[in-house]
Amino acid sequence: MTQLLQFFIWLPLFGFIISLMLPRKNERLISSVTIGTAGINLLCVLSFVTYWFVNGHPVLDIKQFVFYKAHDIEIFLDFYFDKTTAVFAVVGAVLAFLVAVFSRFYIHRDGGFKRFMNNILMFFVAYNLVIFSGNFETLFTGWEILGICSFLLIGFYRDRYLPVRNSLKVISVYRLGDICLILAMWMSHHLWHENITFIKMNDSVAVASLIQDHYLYVVFIGVMLVVAAAVKSAQLPFSSWLPRAMEGPTTSSAIFYGSLSVHLGVFLLLRTYPFWENILAIKVSVVAVGLLTSIIASGIAKVQSTVKTQIAYSSITQIGLIFIEIALGWDEVALIHFSANAFLRTYQLLVSPSVLGYMIHDMFFNFMPKKLEVGTSFYSKLKNTIYVLSVKEWNLDFFLHNYLWSPFKLIGKLLNIIPVKLAAAALIIIFCIGIYFNLFSEQIPASFSVALPIVFSFLGLTTVLYSFAEKGSAFRGWLFVVFGQLFITLSVALMSDNFRGLQILIYMSGCMFFAVVGAICLQKIKTIDNNINLDLFHGYSQEQPLVGFIFLISCLGFAGLPFTPTYIGIDILFSNIHTHDYFTITFISLSFVFMEICVLRIYARIFLGQYKKATHAMAYRSS
Amino acid sequence: MNDTITLEKKASAVNTSFDEKHVLHELKHYLPTQTPLKDFIHHNSLHAFQSMKFYDAIFKASKIFGFKATLQLDDFRKMYENGRIKKEVLDKIINDKKGADQFSNWKEKLLSKEYSESIFPRVGVLRANWKSKYKIDLDTMVQPTLFRILCSYLDQGISVWDFPQENKGFLNAIKDLEKNSFASFFKTKRAKKYLEDGLGIKELLKIVVGNEAYFEQYLFDQQFSHRGWSGMVSAIEDQPSVLLDKRVISLNDLIVFDLLLEIDALDKQFGNSWEPLCKNISTPPVDLFADATLTELDEVFKLWQDAFEWSYYDEVLAGIAIGKKKEIVVPVKTSFQAMFCIDERECSIRRNIEHVDPNCETLAAPGFFGVEFYFQPQNAKFYDKLCPAPVTPKYLIKEINAKGERKHELLYTKKNHTFFIGSLITMFFGFISALKLFLTVFRPKMSPAISNAFIHMDKTATLSIENKDLNDRENDLQIGFTIEEMAARVEGLLRGIGMVKNFAPIVYVIGHGSSSANNPHHGAHDCGACSGRPGSVNSRVFAFMTNHPKVRAMLSSHGLVIPESTQFVGGLHDTAADEIEFYDEQVLNFVNTTAHKENKIAFENALDLNAKERSRRFASINTKGSLRQTRKAIKDRSVSLFEPRPELGHGTNTLCIIGSRELTKGLFLDRRAFMNSYDYRTDKDATLLTGVMRPIGLVCGGINLEYYFSRVDNHKLGAGTKLPHNVMGLIGVANSADGDLRPGLPLQMIEVHDPVRLLVIVEHYPEAVMKAITITPEIFEWYKNEWVHIVALNPETNKFHYFKNGEFTEYTPLTKELGTIKDMKSFVEAAKEMETNHIVDATKENLPVYSLEN
Repeated sequence: MTQLLQFFIWLPLFGFIISLMLPRKNERLISSVTIGTAGINLLCVLSFVTYWFVNGHPVLDIKQFVFYKAHDIEIFLDFYFDKTTAVFAVVGAVLAFLVAVFSRFYIHRDGGFKRFMNNILMFFVAYNLVIFSGNFETLFTGWEILGICSFLLIGFYRDRYLPVRNSLKVISVYRLGDICLILAMWMSHHLWHENITFIKMNDSVAVASLIQDHYLYVVFIGVMLVVAAAVKSAQLPFSSWLPRAMEGPTTSSAIFYGSLSVHLGVFLLLRTYPFWENILAIKVSVVAVGLLTSIIASGIAKVQSTVKTQIAYSSITQIGLIFIEIALGWDEVALIHFSANAFLRTYQLLVSPSVLGYMIHDMFFNFMPKKLEVGTSFYSKLKNTIYVLSVKEWNLDFFLHNYLWSPFKLIGKLLNIIPVKLAAAALIIIFCIGIYFNLFSEQIPASFSVALPIVFSFLGLTTVLYSFAEKGSAFRGWLFVVFGQLFITLSVALMSDNFRGLQILIYMSGCMFFAVVGAICLQKIKTIDNNINLDLFHGYSQEQPLVGFIFLISCLGFAGLPFTPTYIGIDILFSNIHTHDYFTITFISLSFVFMEICVLRIYARIFLGQYKKATHAMAYRSS
Repeated sequence: MNDTITLEKKASAVNTSFDEKHVLHELKHYLPTQTPLKDFIHHNSLHAFQSMKFYDAIFKASKIFGFKATLQLDDFRKMYENGRIKKEVLDKIINDKKGADQFSNWKEKLLSKEYSESIFPRVGVLRANWKSKYKIDLDTMVQPTLFRILCSYLDQGISVWDFPQENKGFLNAIKDLEKNSFASFFKTKRAKKYLEDGLGIKELLKIVVGNEAYFEQYLFDQQFSHRGWSGMVSAIEDQPSVLLDKRVISLNDLIVFDLLLEIDALDKQFGNSWEPLCKNISTPPVDLFADATLTELDEVFKLWQDAFEWSYYDEVLAGIAIGKKKEIVVPVKTSFQAMFCIDERECSIRRNIEHVDPNCETLAAPGFFGVEFYFQPQNAKFYDKLCPAPVTPKYLIKEINAKGERKHELLYTKKNHTFFIGSLITMFFGFISALKLFLTVFRPKMSPAISNAFIHMDKTATLSIENKDLNDRENDLQIGFTIEEMAARVEGLLRGIGMVKNFAPIVYVIGHGSSSANNPHHGAHDCGACSGRPGSVNSRVFAFMTNHPKVRAMLSSHGLVIPESTQFVGGLHDTAADEIEFYDEQVLNFVNTTAHKENKIAFENALDLNAKERSRRFASINTKGSLRQTRKAIKDRSVSLFEPRPELGHGTNTLCIIGSRELTKGLFLDRRAFMNSYDYRTDKDATLLTGVMRPIGLVCGGINLEYYFSRVDNHKLGAGTKLPHNVMGLIGVANSADGDLRPGLPLQMIEVHDPVRLLVIVEHYPEAVMKAITITPEIFEWYKNEWVHIVALNPETNKFHYFKNGEFTEYTPLTKELGTIKDMKSFVEAAKEMETNHIVDATKENLPVYSLEN
């Protein structure tokens, strides 16, 4: 039975690959493949779950596919199946199938029909990877692909300004969750001295002894998991991304942000629950996050005057409650609550355009003019205050922008004062020195060698931030991200004796290949247009869709698209950083957060948004 | 780029003093006028430019606001290649316009010269300096907050918690709320203080812009950066009744708040010490509306557009000329008469019913059937206006004794958004919605969530049509019509369409409406002559009036004799579902009841054929299926939540034919012609024609031009694709959470439309037509400025006279032969599915006139 688990990944993946190769204009064929894949998946999930249930519903786990093996590092895909997976699999399969059928008509003749269906399939691969995952590596793979799907689906209408801006916004927040997962992975690697599977991680006896010996480390993992879950499930303080994600066709909003994607935080918490159930601090924080989110989000939902944002906040409210249920150990209630919320929000979003006709008609017969007043009493003032705050979404969007991203942008801006040539020259020199140290590490004094990785990872971060704030040439932005990548690799190499030869090669072969391809793409655009500055959207995918696509692949490959060498490299890289290297791990993980944001920002600025030559009809910036 | 240079040159002429009232007036004139979506009134999207000639207007507007005014060059060229633009027509037009010696020069320009089609609009140039000089993105900082507050204030019923306000106006509401709250919409103190101090537009502009000479340009830049919301506010200010839940708001309030938010954002960024925008600008202010000379590219577009239009018109005129020569067998005895709306979608049902029962006769009049009133359904809190939008009725008709019950959709309860109850409801409804979703996808059927044309009026209810006591009034409206008033309306309509004798035993009066699901724009599919609502009440009221013995007596005394054996029956045609419902059938006498039973079968058969014919344009329907299957597929579309194209609305409309049915009988017009019955023989001096022509420009021209502009630039003048639309406050749609409202028509409605102006063909002497269109300057403007073409068909000579430059001149069609359709069935089944929805592919199946063999 366990051997069958991998099927649920291969099936949608197979569908996706087939779908990629279909002619763009043949809607019937494309939708048949999508619906067929989703339909077969649904049938198989239902039969499998029935069979599994009849056979005493055991917990299944299988180590499936080893990517890389050396010393204590073993990177592999692992699949796992229990009742949580069963519920998520059934709900996901039902919704994906229904939405695929719905979309076949709904998206009919939209310019991006194929893009949309491909995205649905890719999303489904990711979703199944996450819910069937038996270890962090597998889960993270799905998690990452999901983020990329989100970026592409939110920016589905790529020639308008708002979708592109919001897709960047969402992927930036997502990135934060991704890094939390990497950090949890990193720490657990050091705690268990192996790439841990969930089945082992959730072993209460082992966890109990770990809590005894390494309380802080365990709490660290717990916190990282909670943050990752809160990001993905739009809990406080990250909630404001969800309403802004409703940019694609209604059906994609329904399946992604109404139901499946947004509940993956819930899944993460359920999956890791045995690990943190005995840590009071984590339980309390999950309850606190859930409760606070529910209260605030239900207030915001009440004042929403647009139908999709209202559903988004209602969903967030319910997810907050689900968080509480999980923390209280009511996992079955949580699963029911999740299914109900997923179905309801999907349905509500799908029929959301009909609200205008229905409500106006209803009003026509039942309208009672409300006696509204502002009120001057303390109670009224308090109420008004909450109203104002709720309309402003408690400044959450502003908060994220100002406290999360702005400080880094500011640092980047300060760095931008340094002349480019000077900065580049200095970096090259320092890098050479670093390589020298790395090659002749025995010659440097010990105290010095401890500081070196910190210095280099810090330089890596600053270089990435330099690119993050870059408003001038896209080339410069790209070059500095690449520099950042090099510095980080070097810092890890300086720190760890294990990270050598083959490992570095795997890592660098991936990202440098994509770095070069990306640069070629930019050069191609540069030959058409002298100005490829990053202070505005150029919209070149209109004129150069293929270059845009290749550049996107380069970006993803460079930043660690799952299954690329970079991706495996990141994993190796992280497992080479020791638990006591606080500074290094902070600098490196921050660098990884911004690296992906940087490259996607370059992609968005050059290839997405309103086409600057305005040769064809396009929407106003505000629409 | 050249454009900016000429603009700068003109700058010296700009008025340097700021007249606030005047500028507000100008702004309101140019902003979109679309009202909340519950009432969809089609209108010319460029109404503000209607006092100019069509081409001058569109190219000028395009340079000011940055939209495309015609199809793109490549589209025209491709349509020339595939033959939709005809070579001989193009050649003739170039010859006529440019002269024979310039012919090859211009032809080369049209066919192969390369042009840059980029448009960089004048509006927005000044405010772009925030980004270039101050390095801030002011729009992104201000607009999301502005839209959210505005939408919360105007919201008609989406939010659970309403904006705390006391109906004292938008700005006062904000003031009150700011005063009585511990939180603020503003981030800084200064803007809040200015709000409290009541600073006006001019004072605020001094702070933001500085130099008075730039004020007007700045305001245009600012308001047109979110033309959707500004237009909506302006429309609500002018007609507060368009909202059911009334809100007091004005453009002035919006601008003040907009400026305050700008000051707030700038203060937040720079502290209090920033300089007004125009302190740092050296370019002089720009007169946005200064005349712009037409470029060579504009000339090229003009020629192409003319050629595109005349390639079609020419075939139509030839078709009518040839068709007119056909022998028409006049039935010995008319079995029944059926009067429909002039709507071009009814053009096919008329042909189909005539095909099923060759002895019947069909007619058409504007779908409110000459009776203008407000309608109040039973238990309704409001009135529906059921007549053309510009008319203000003095009458009220109430629905009483309705037996049907209004159904609710429980899933729409707003309680699910709350905290505790919300979670219970979520758990409960969650699994029901999974089931509903399944049924929605696999078994679509009518539900309360779907806009149903037939529930506009309860079939079983009585209507208070007759007024017996003049004191019977409500809200200053007279309930029902007196006998005189009824007679006047009936006589007006019947004489207008030339229906003065030869009455059949039954005359059907059939209005139309449209059912559709998940469609915020459903009002745009209903009857335009009934202010975007179904015409069921009007048809029923008209039938009642004509059946009234006292009305008939009065009509007889005026010489209009309706035989006693003739009875009128009202009805409603659902143009999406292709179904017809009849009203008050019980009034029919015994003979007519039997005949009606037969006729109903004929109508059913005609609807089958109609559905089949419509299926030609729907990719998801197998045109080769049986009539029954096709009919079901058509009906399912109208109730499918996943179907963004329940019907194609007015897409492809291009003609308006005013004359007798003989003109068009035996012709296939592909549902592209508005048809108004009119008999010149009963109206030699064209007095009635004046009345007939009155609404043509406004209603048909308005529909046609809204489709035109939404088609040529669906992104700026239309609403874009409807797939990502989000319903805002029940008043409009926008993309995403933070987007501007999107007036105009969505992509799915216009994708089969040919952007061709309306051609009105009137069967009468040119002098008579001239008299009718010059009756008022407003009516004449449509024709004089070429927003609508008009041709008079001289009934005596059968020659066409085209109106151009103030006179009618003879036009002889180039087309000599007409395509024929031997068999409708195989013709429909041979239709090809469009390859893409690009204009060139999407409109290949838009057909000119064909002759029908049987």
